Amino acid sequence: MQYKLNTPLSKQDLAPLQAGDTVLLSGVVYTARDAAHARMMELLDKGEPLPFPIEGAAIYYVGPTPERPGCAIGAAGPTTSGRMDAYTPRLLDLGLACMIGKGKRTEAVKQSVVKNGAVYLAAIGGAGALMAGSVQSCEIIAWPDLGCEAVRKLVVKDFPLTVLLDTYGGDLYQSGPAAYLASRGTQL
Amino acid sequence: MSIREIPAAAVTDAVEALCIEANTSLPVDVKAALDAAEAAEPWPLAKETLGLLQQNLCVAKEKNLPICQDTGMACVFIELGQDVHIDGDLNAAVNEGVRRGYEKAYLRKSITADPLQRVNTGDNTPAFLTVHLVPGSGCKITVAPKGAGSENMSRLAMLKPADGVEGVKKFVLDTVEQAGANPCPPIVLGIGIGGSFDHCAALAKKALLRPLDTPNADPYYAALEKELLDAINATGFGPQGFGGATTCLGVAIEQKPTHVACLPVAVNISCHVTRRASREL
Repeated sequence: MQYKLNTPLSKQDLAPLQAGDTVLLSGVVYTARDAAHARMMELLDKGEPLPFPIEGAAIYYVGPTPERPGCAIGAAGPTTSGRMDAYTPRLLDLGLACMIGKGKRTEAVKQSVVKNGAVYLAAIGGAGALMAGSVQSCEIIAWPDLGCEAVRKLVVKDFPLTVLLDTYGGDLYQSGPAAYLASRGTQL
Repeated sequence: MSIREIPAAAVTDAVEALCIEANTSLPVDVKAALDAAEAAEPWPLAKETLGLLQQNLCVAKEKNLPICQDTGMACVFIELGQDVHIDGDLNAAVNEGVRRGYEKAYLRKSITADPLQRVNTGDNTPAFLTVHLVPGSGCKITVAPKGAGSENMSRLAMLKPADGVEGVKKFVLDTVEQAGANPCPPIVLGIGIGGSFDHCAALAKKALLRPLDTPNADPYYAALEKELLDAINATGFGPQGFGGATTCLGVAIEQKPTHVACLPVAVNISCHVTRRASREL
């Protein structure tokens, strides 16, 4: 099943999504990876506001290559999400609705996704040139000193994604290979 | 015997060009492996995903973009003839080539000056340079940019000799299982067996430089490569871990002598964007 969604995302938007569904996402998406997450935690510890409204937001774990003149962004595929696991439940509790990345998450993140009615979506790892095609604009909104790790505000149009973790505990990394193996008459 | 002089500037020029070439077009053997996997893939979602990887290669070419945003650490290998003298500072020449290539082609600068204090060097230097002295007067330079998604899932174990080949197989398969979707499957595996702790890791990295259509010259190890490739593809992880037949595009093993009490094994994981480009000076 394919869904077209726009940010910011409500729990109602995300409720129908199931692991393995595809999503074409449009609207504002914020980038943040290792260093930006660490700094966001420092802000929260001090009781200061985050660089963007977290309620209903989508965060893309990406560090793009520098853009050529006249281009919105360089190559922009996902980085490994697991490095952000330690920070994620806190952001989900604050209303973060959608994470975009690749790779396994911890049990704590999976439970937090279910508890908060959020989703975790996959962008195609290693397909940085392809993913860049959906980005219409890109602006650094915090911590330019972090270079490729600075927080950017992206406007995306029909960004092609696949649901990895849904609000019901579904996990494509389990169900996908299991379905394939079942079709071959083998069990995991 | 005459000594061949190579100016350091020639090394810089070659490294600059190779950084750009490696990051924007896939080696012929890796592309061929991807083509073959896509043609043979029986699972629809997996076939579709492999198609997207192919599409990505086309977009990178058309739009002059890097294939992957992680343009990697610049791993540079030089096979340097013993009868060659580099006129100038070789390390500095290589770093200058990396600096120019990464700037010129809008590649990402992903190197921190210190592993704990984490400040970006801003120009993707230093390169990680390995020089092998070889007979003769040649100078072959290879640039193999390596991304962190797959590098981070790599592992080394000091097994017991009694663990034998079964222990090696188990360690390799456990490593692949732990890695899951993190290293962007379909993956490529470089495996080092033997040597010392440090040489074993270097062997695994060296194995990734071998074209995927060239098996180990020793039939015993060639058979082991094939067996591991089939076992990995039987996991059903598939492209991106979404399920399917194509989890691994190739396994390359490099082996060397070791201590009577040692059985080191190192697994260096690479992704479907296994990049390398070479030039002979």
